[in-house]
Amino acid sequence: MSKDLIRNNIRKLRFHHDEMTQQQLAESVGVTRQTIVAIEKGKYFPSLELAFRIAHAFNTPLEEVFLFQPENLKK
Amino acid sequence: MSIQEKRKIVNIISTLLITSIYFWYVLQSRPEKAMTTDELLSFWATSLLILIPVSIVAKIIIHILFGIANTIVTREFDSMNSDERDKLIELKATRNANYLFGAGFFLAMGTLAMDMSVTIMFMVLIVSGVLSEIMDNVSQLYYYRKGI
Repeated sequence: MSKDLIRNNIRKLRFHHDEMTQQQLAESVGVTRQTIVAIEKGKYFPSLELAFRIAHAFNTPLEEVFLFQPENLKK
Repeated sequence: MSIQEKRKIVNIISTLLITSIYFWYVLQSRPEKAMTTDELLSFWATSLLILIPVSIVAKIIIHILFGIANTIVTREFDSMNSDERDKLIELKATRNANYLFGAGFFLAMGTLAMDMSVTIMFMVLIVSGVLSEIMDNVSQLYYYRKGI
């Protein structure tokens, strides 16, 4: 799976949720802070369940947290 | 450096230290007289069987000491919790380690097929065991650094 295809807005969403820290997000979704760091940097793609948990933590639809960019397929 | 990466480095160092010290002790206490094949098999099998609990106990002690030292230095409590990413990394690293140990086992059987000594067969087995343990930890370090 190409790493260029999926982007995320977690950093921006954390900012818009009273500067939520990575630790706070990690605790609310039940993972370690390092996993949140890896997801933000695009070094790890979470399971569907964790992706939904993150979206739920921000009270926002999944597609606002993770973006699929099929146009990058052509590259 | 994350706590997981530090733990892997501690694991690599402790594996090398425990195995070297243990086998240095075993080879020092090895009987001087020439042994028959049955005696050699019994000697190496006993040495390997004793290594397993010794290694487990030593690693538990090292990890407790590391946890205490890390908490004192970083003021962060190491909860030892693992999540889906840790488990996926562990699975991939175990796969790599199994490939290496499988190759070592094949090589060890090859030494017997080529009429080499039982000692050489056990040496190859032990070295491949240590190398596969190191491969496990190095793989985990790599996946934590580069991503999966």
